[in-house]
Amino acid sequence: MITRSEVHETNKMIEDSNLDVRTITMGINLMDCAHEDIDKFNEKVYQKITNCAKDLVKVGDELARQFGVPVVHKRISVTPIAIAAAGCKADSYVSIAHTLDKAAKAVGVNFIGGFSALVQKGCTKSDEILIRSIPQALQETDVVCASVNIGTSRNGLNMDAVKKMGEVIKQTAQLTKEQDCLGCAKLVVFCNAVEDNPFMAGAFHGVGEKDCVINVGVSGPGVVKKALEEVHNADFETLCETIKRTAFKITRVGQLIAQEAAKRLNVPFGIIDLSLAPTPLIGDSIAEIFQEMGLEEAGAPGTTAALAILNDNVKKGGVMASSYVGGLSGAFIPVSEDHGMIVAAEKGALTLEKLEAMTCVCSVGLDMIAVPGDTSAATISGIIADEAAIGMINNKTTAVRLIPVIGKKVGETVEFGGLLGYAPIMPVNTYHCERFINRGGRIPAPIHSFKN
Amino acid sequence: MKGIITVLGKDHVGIIGNICIYLAQSDVNILDISQTIVGGYLNMMMIVDLSTTQKSFTVLTDELEEVGKKSGVVIKIQHEDIFHSMHRI
Repeated sequence: MITRSEVHETNKMIEDSNLDVRTITMGINLMDCAHEDIDKFNEKVYQKITNCAKDLVKVGDELARQFGVPVVHKRISVTPIAIAAAGCKADSYVSIAHTLDKAAKAVGVNFIGGFSALVQKGCTKSDEILIRSIPQALQETDVVCASVNIGTSRNGLNMDAVKKMGEVIKQTAQLTKEQDCLGCAKLVVFCNAVEDNPFMAGAFHGVGEKDCVINVGVSGPGVVKKALEEVHNADFETLCETIKRTAFKITRVGQLIAQEAAKRLNVPFGIIDLSLAPTPLIGDSIAEIFQEMGLEEAGAPGTTAALAILNDNVKKGGVMASSYVGGLSGAFIPVSEDHGMIVAAEKGALTLEKLEAMTCVCSVGLDMIAVPGDTSAATISGIIADEAAIGMINNKTTAVRLIPVIGKKVGETVEFGGLLGYAPIMPVNTYHCERFINRGGRIPAPIHSFKN
Repeated sequence: MKGIITVLGKDHVGIIGNICIYLAQSDVNILDISQTIVGGYLNMMMIVDLSTTQKSFTVLTDELEEVGKKSGVVIKIQHEDIFHSMHRI
């Protein structure tokens, strides 16, 4: 029998600590839409998405009411367009981005991911067309997210693509400068991208996946923080144990919602991604967890260790709670989406270099960081290369989502609004790296990739 | 299927009465009730059986919310599985 204290605990997590199911993301395969006429391809893509996802929002809302836990986002990821559209005889994929945007809006989801290319070893003609189309596609659409995977631990880094992506990020910023360069918030550069990630902007439906699948992302930094308040001065063993237990409970909710959603939509269940994803709300912050652990601000000495503890124990709790844990699972450290991180960055406690160190142990990478608008494309490529190298050597996913805010300098702030939050412009090391980036070619796979 | 009803708010005469009348009219059987009053605030939990009601979960949620508004308290109904999932292995 359920006890009153258990009911109370669950509802307190939801009401006071912002426990939520962050996203139900439907992954949809678009390979069967292939057609050499891009208009026909677009037509088939629109039909397939609107058909598969017609009940997604309705079911998400129903589940939220029935279990009393918010289901914040309903989203879609599709096969990387550079693969799905490879058969089209076209020299731009912007029209496909428009189709994705239209289909997403028709079914009522708030983001659609998969305007993507996987170029870790080299670019096909289709990959090149997609990458070229990204700036205009992000300018002209509202809910389409783009990502490019430029390296893996298995293949090394495609440095030609790293160079290109620095330029693409700058062009995207330029084209969307009227909206504070918002386009760049919808563009991620990955190393070791995962195929079943339900979180935006980096979600896409991998080629090894089923035709249609439900992936669920659960969150709850506030719940972890509240739980840690109970063990304020306890030792590390107790600290780790508390995070693990909390992560377990959060993931169980995700597992329930995922299974129910899959059943009601008659679509197979894919994975649960347990990621502590902050929002700009007070009490929904990773930086606050660091403070609760005993750091004055995020970025203080000890932050990397604190994040390592958090990330590892979230995973340990999560894997026991669900039969299929996947995606990115861990702790995200986006700057603009976490009010504690914003404060730390404003005070100068948190620097880009410290964030880079933290990405060695977090679940993703440099995320939602605003940098001065005059940062060169080569410098951005240099940052991408550093981040990708961390991912490649350490066998983990790393990502870069930088926003060079055109017309703004260090000390100013940029406001994206909503979940994307606001951010101070952070200083970037201004020493040049052009000659390094311009070398071209590939960085070979690391020694530990030879496992066979 | 079982539902968990929770009621939170300032205590006064008739809160549980109103809820029970509504549940009886909706063919919902009450399996368990427990309550505490701390500092004049009522905190109640009910386990109810939803197998006999003709009403959908969404309708029950909306109507119970209304009953709560009339009594000046917050009433929530949730599917029991969320608590089972979180607290039982």
